[in-house]
Amino acid sequence: MQQTRITRNIWLGIENLLLHKLRSFLTMLGVVFGVGSVVAMLSVGEGASKEALEQIRKLGSNNIIVSSTKPVEDEMASTQHSHMSIFGLTYDDYARMMHSYGGIRQTAPVKLMRKDSRLRERAMELRVVGTTPQWFDLVPRDVLAGRVLVPSDQKGLSPVAVLTEFGARKILATENTIGQTITIGGDSFEVVGIVKSEESGQAGNIQIPDQEVDVYIPIEVARQYFGDIFSKRSSGGFEREKVELHQVILQVEDPKRAEATAAAIESMLGRFHKKKDYAISVPLALLKQAEATKRRFNIVLGSIAGISLLVGGIGIMNIMLASVTERTREIGIRRAIGAKRGQIISQFLIETVVLSTMGGLIGLGLGALIPLLITHFSGMATVLTLNGILLPLFISMGIGILFGLYPAMHAARVDPIVALRHE
Amino acid sequence: MIDHATEPSSQDIVRLESAHKIYQMGMEEVHALAGVSVSFKKGSFWAIMGPSGSGKSTMMNILGCLDRLTSGRYYLDGKDVSQLDDDSLSEFRLRYLGFIFQSFNLIPQLTVQRNIELPLYYLGWDAVESARRAKELAEEVGLGDRLSHRPTELSGGQMQRVAIARALANDPQLIFADEPTGNLDTATGEQILELLDKLNEEGKTIIMVTHEADIADHAQNKLHMKDGLIDRIESNGHATDENH
Repeated sequence: MQQTRITRNIWLGIENLLLHKLRSFLTMLGVVFGVGSVVAMLSVGEGASKEALEQIRKLGSNNIIVSSTKPVEDEMASTQHSHMSIFGLTYDDYARMMHSYGGIRQTAPVKLMRKDSRLRERAMELRVVGTTPQWFDLVPRDVLAGRVLVPSDQKGLSPVAVLTEFGARKILATENTIGQTITIGGDSFEVVGIVKSEESGQAGNIQIPDQEVDVYIPIEVARQYFGDIFSKRSSGGFEREKVELHQVILQVEDPKRAEATAAAIESMLGRFHKKKDYAISVPLALLKQAEATKRRFNIVLGSIAGISLLVGGIGIMNIMLASVTERTREIGIRRAIGAKRGQIISQFLIETVVLSTMGGLIGLGLGALIPLLITHFSGMATVLTLNGILLPLFISMGIGILFGLYPAMHAARVDPIVALRHE
Repeated sequence: MIDHATEPSSQDIVRLESAHKIYQMGMEEVHALAGVSVSFKKGSFWAIMGPSGSGKSTMMNILGCLDRLTSGRYYLDGKDVSQLDDDSLSEFRLRYLGFIFQSFNLIPQLTVQRNIELPLYYLGWDAVESARRAKELAEEVGLGDRLSHRPTELSGGQMQRVAIARALANDPQLIFADEPTGNLDTATGEQILELLDKLNEEGKTIIMVTHEADIADHAQNKLHMKDGLIDRIESNGHATDENH
């Protein structure tokens, strides 16, 4: 019974609003755009931060990534011919990192180079990653066929190669290719496995460790076959670099210790390197940073949303006050018949809440459409969460109550004697 | 000052005891009611008359529970309502009273049916019952075929009939009619008055405010007011000049 009474009151409110369709629609507009922009902004923001968090997660939250970087001075010197720049992490650095710090679970040294590769008639340039079996623990990817590197490959200096899904598809390698021979930089390797590849990309300011066109070979093999000196074709001729290790990935036992361990490694490297030819990144720190950014972003969005909804609410209040004045006589009649003040308040409050909630619903539709269009045209990821829907909806109802209360109380204060004479 | 209220009786629907209503107009106090004592019997038909400023509107507002006395007592059907709060007065209006106004006071955006249903809505009736009662009442005042019309589509006489149907919806004991024929031509006005007569015959107490003597003649009792006091009361044509 109580339920039906409320429904009936809501219907009466809707009927009344439908009497002035244009006015009701215009009144709603503020809330429509307020809620619409909130929903759209939240979903774009959520999408962007989810993308960033996803990238960082790919780096591994327990990992510390130490990379070799070419120092600035060498960058300038390398324009001269026959210059060879020597920089980056050394095998000694790697040994020190491996043995000097507690709490490190695993490490993987990485040598990177680009080599032309050929599988039967198909040839393309692959990124050769010389590393140890630990790589596959630190950068876990699904194995699609065959196997990954194993310790015996290291010891036996076996010329084996693990392809990535994307690279494999490019050179037409399939499951049947396992056991066949691939030529990398002129040397023959046996294809032993294919792993799933992740889209390469940036996470914060660091590169995801793996790329789409990787081929993994044992680091000892890489060192023996290809050495430490690399030539690159550049505008001024050939550029030569001597780099022992391009990257070292460390995994700590306890993610809480990641930043402290990274700092210790940094100060150790500082003692052995005259120039700063290395960079250390801690995905966990990036993660925290990304979360802090997201929080800040949300506060900014929240404030903008708050202001637009406030403006919408004031618009509603304004029209409702005008409506109360216009309907003074009606209020007087209802009061004379026996309506209590509370019933007049609820009548006007229901109208305002219905108005603002309808505005909220329309705004929600609009706000859900915009991210779809953004995703469709720009490819940016957008995420519409349940919170992103419910929050603006509840806020729009709240606005109806908040900004409807004053006009409703204004209506209830109308003196029936005066109102009945009101023309 | 002479007391027009006889000894309290259960036959009284309305009873005022030294009723005062004082308005503050700037620095001046206006005694709209300056100590009125009177009682109306159940089932009677009263006309309240008097020039403007005589206090007849105030009298109507007080009796109609739309306003409260500054001092004195007002008993409605034996219950002292002089000190009730706003909500309780609303409750009394809802259950005991019906109002008919000079300007009809229908709600323009509501249909005839919805207008008649209004008191039932506040009484908490369900939609089906209300609709049935509204149809019944509309038929009673001869507007059974106009239920879905809006007030603006009706003539003055029809609007006043709707107002009467609305005033009857809660089956009130007491009906107030404030210049009910003021906006109507003589013939239509006469029909409305006949309707009031009929209601009175059916047992409703009617209190009508008017300044036209021939309209007041429909009432059994005429109460003439002057300067916030009862000037005289005429019962069935017999004037009793009480103030002098």
